[in-house]
Amino acid sequence: MTVSRLESAPGTAVPGRCVQGRVMTQPLTGEVLARRIKEVLGGVVDDANATDVWVRPQSVLEVCRFLKETPDLGFDFLNSISGVDYVEYFEVVYHLTSLVYNHSTVVKTRVYGREEPTVPSVLPVWRGADLQEREVYDLMGIVFAGHPNLKRIMLWEGFPGHPLRRDWSEPDYPYTWPHGG
Amino acid sequence: MGELLAGNSIYRNVYIWVEGLLPTGWQWVAYFVAGFTIMFLLLNAFLVLTMVYTYMERRVLGRFQGRLGPNRVGPFGILQPVADAIKLLTKEDIVPAVADRWVFNLAPVVFFVPTVLVLGVVPFGQNSFLADLNVGILYVLALSSVSTLAVFMAGWASANRFALFGSMRAVATLISYELPVLLSMGGVLMLVGSMSLVRIVEGQRIPFLLLQPLAFLVFLAGISAELNRAPFDMVEAESELVSGFNTEYSGMKYGLFALAEFGNVLVAGAIMSVVFLKGWEGPVLPSHLWFLLKVFFFAFIFVWVRATLPRLRIDQMMGFAWKFLFPLSLVNLVVTGAEVAVWPEATTAQLWVMAVINWVVAIVGVVVFSRLVRQRPTQPEVRVFSSAAPSGAR
Amino acid sequence: MPLRTEPITINLGPQHPSTHGVFRLRVTFDGEVIQDVEPVFGYLHRGSEKLAEERTYTQVITLTDRLDYVASMTSNQAYVIACEKLTGIHPPERGLYLRVIAAELQRVASHLVAIGFFLQDLGAFATPLMYCFRERERILDLFEMLCGARITLSYMRIGGVFQDAPEEFWPALRRFLDEMPGYADELDALLSENEVVVARTRGIGVLPADLLINASATGPVLRASGVAWDLRKKDPYDVYDRLEFDVVTASRSDNYDRYYVRLQEIRQALRILEQCYRDIPEGPVRATLSNLVRPPVGEAYGRVESPKGELGYYLVSDGSISPYRCRVRSPSLINLTLLRELLMGWKLADLVVSFGSIDINMGEVDR
Repeated sequence: MTVSRLESAPGTAVPGRCVQGRVMTQPLTGEVLARRIKEVLGGVVDDANATDVWVRPQSVLEVCRFLKETPDLGFDFLNSISGVDYVEYFEVVYHLTSLVYNHSTVVKTRVYGREEPTVPSVLPVWRGADLQEREVYDLMGIVFAGHPNLKRIMLWEGFPGHPLRRDWSEPDYPYTWPHGG
Repeated sequence: MGELLAGNSIYRNVYIWVEGLLPTGWQWVAYFVAGFTIMFLLLNAFLVLTMVYTYMERRVLGRFQGRLGPNRVGPFGILQPVADAIKLLTKEDIVPAVADRWVFNLAPVVFFVPTVLVLGVVPFGQNSFLADLNVGILYVLALSSVSTLAVFMAGWASANRFALFGSMRAVATLISYELPVLLSMGGVLMLVGSMSLVRIVEGQRIPFLLLQPLAFLVFLAGISAELNRAPFDMVEAESELVSGFNTEYSGMKYGLFALAEFGNVLVAGAIMSVVFLKGWEGPVLPSHLWFLLKVFFFAFIFVWVRATLPRLRIDQMMGFAWKFLFPLSLVNLVVTGAEVAVWPEATTAQLWVMAVINWVVAIVGVVVFSRLVRQRPTQPEVRVFSSAAPSGAR
Repeated sequence: MPLRTEPITINLGPQHPSTHGVFRLRVTFDGEVIQDVEPVFGYLHRGSEKLAEERTYTQVITLTDRLDYVASMTSNQAYVIACEKLTGIHPPERGLYLRVIAAELQRVASHLVAIGFFLQDLGAFATPLMYCFRERERILDLFEMLCGARITLSYMRIGGVFQDAPEEFWPALRRFLDEMPGYADELDALLSENEVVVARTRGIGVLPADLLINASATGPVLRASGVAWDLRKKDPYDVYDRLEFDVVTASRSDNYDRYYVRLQEIRQALRILEQCYRDIPEGPVRATLSNLVRPPVGEAYGRVESPKGELGYYLVSDGSISPYRCRVRSPSLINLTLLRELLMGWKLADLVVSFGSIDINMGEVDR
């Protein structure tokens, strides 16, 4: 049993003054990351901005494997997988962190089509994707190809539709979105 | 009949009194009258005491846990057991559709009856016992095993897997713990030379708690396991098996189980106070009161343990019986046997020497065996650490 | 003659005393040994993420209370931090300190609940639970002074906290800080060396560190394996960068370590509270903003170290008054990823203990 002092206090306890140079998770800029990915994997990157990288849906798995296994990137930790419905397309968002280097990034992918939009499962790279991919599949209807147990998780089998989609409305409660969607 | 009339039992006293009122040739009526009177008194006294004990257990547990315990029904909540009984009696009696109805209904009765039967030989005070069986201890221990049959009946007939687990555990427990309990009695029997509970009380010049500490320890642990009391409450194991063998019972059938369980604690307390604490004997106070005090002292120990200790796992519990209690009871048997062989007619001074020896043996034995059996982390039988096995995939 | 046996499948839950809510495990036993485990979720699914899309940013705070209902403060905190990242609002100092005070009190309360129910799962008949609840009660009293509620707190607001702590809060907090270390020592003395507790938890439910990282486990579950990953240190939010405290880790990653890490974290939380009590500045507690928060188009991922692990909110704004998407990264759900590895091969009695040692909250698992 150890109480580890990782850093000595990362700042002196002076009230009311912001401490410069504090230890924080450094977000890697999307452009830098996009360049690194392009160097190795070629044209899988769709777009990049200051924070995010958009990659092709079919190459999500190889990008993730690259991000995890490249020594100086080392994204060994998958924070979360989120699905967002932008109506014309779905976006699957991967928040990644490296516990070793303490930096983070956001990888996104756009999938078009309302019927069974498919993204490869990143389960072979991160076990942490298991329940989250099931959840996104359940609520958003995005199929994660290669997930060995892709079943509904929150709702029961046979539930009509995927409720987190913007066009979903409760069967007995017709409802239109007030501010567009 | 002769057996019942032997000695100075309550039964005999009532019988003689009733017989005096009757014309000759009607003695058989006296048998019945005496029998029914005694049964009526005994059963009711037992039930009332059990209710008092349930109240006590809940209040004492409350004290242990920094809360009040039942305090709403009647002054200080003393009517809580009555309220509980009324609630249980008026509850719907549910029998699962797939249950084996006969066995299901019979199990609570089979569970309850041995508890009452044991009372037949317990001496409650000076000259107050129903029957002084010369195989008293054997009778008590034999009856205490019957309840396991009832637990198994209940578990099997419920057609519920939690109940089945509970009853399987009960059977395993019984097989393991019956042995040390019986063996721990061996030393006592050797010292007294009789199995009669009355003779055991009268034969204690110093309490066997002092003379047979190891036997007491083994008996206390073993009887806790047989009564499904913490830390050996495998059979019910609320956090694992919901309620174990009585998961499917409701209403007064459940009430009978609960009653018998609480009653069993009192019966066990009674046996322990007879065997280890000189039964009814004590200064100043009347003998019946002394007996009750000792019974509730042991009952308090049970509550205390329950409030204190977490539960053991089933394999640890088996290991505890076979690796710890069983050898210790054998050690006790051997040491006591040697002592009795050396001093067949021990004087009180010699008894004290025996006590000192036994305490040394007890302390050394407990320390040595607890070192030997201390649980080391066990390895599980299946470990899967493949990094792509998802949860729940078949 | 070989004995003919067959495995038994049992549904543990959704109504079972040890599943900490409505959780169902379909377990296959060979005798008492677990052969297969399949978790079934969703009995408490209320569609919070969907509901959030219909509410204004401020109203969503009340939804976050109901996710992890034994640690509402940290749920609030994660959400408002995400909102502040989205809007770029900077709360005043005093508000940040009050947030940290509330969050650390909540951490103590949540860990107390975790330890209490862990021991309850071990079969200790309610005594440790009641001891833990006695102390938690005092924390809830403090919360009641802060915001009038005890469980669903909704204390934090975008840009600060709901209101300043009342006069009587500070002496009450002082008393609590004086007495709580003694209570923690009492729990330690009662439980940590208990022979039965050690026999039941040491070496059981071991999860290796690399697997835990790979499975996105966070919080005490991860730290018990020796990985000193605590967002309060690694990605400080609010005023944690000014506070001195240690990250508690353990090495063996078994049930005992997960319990012990929580116990030690209570002590570290008290250290933080002491410093906050000492250092809290005067001033406003909430940035002035309009009642309807209308963030610019964009997105933000705000995360805090909740008592269960990394609690994150991923908010997408379309410029309207309610979030376009509000995704909750719930530590309770994700820590359950390794449930199978945790339980396989152990016995029924270990199942409830290992499950309890993860410390999940069904409100947060199912959302």
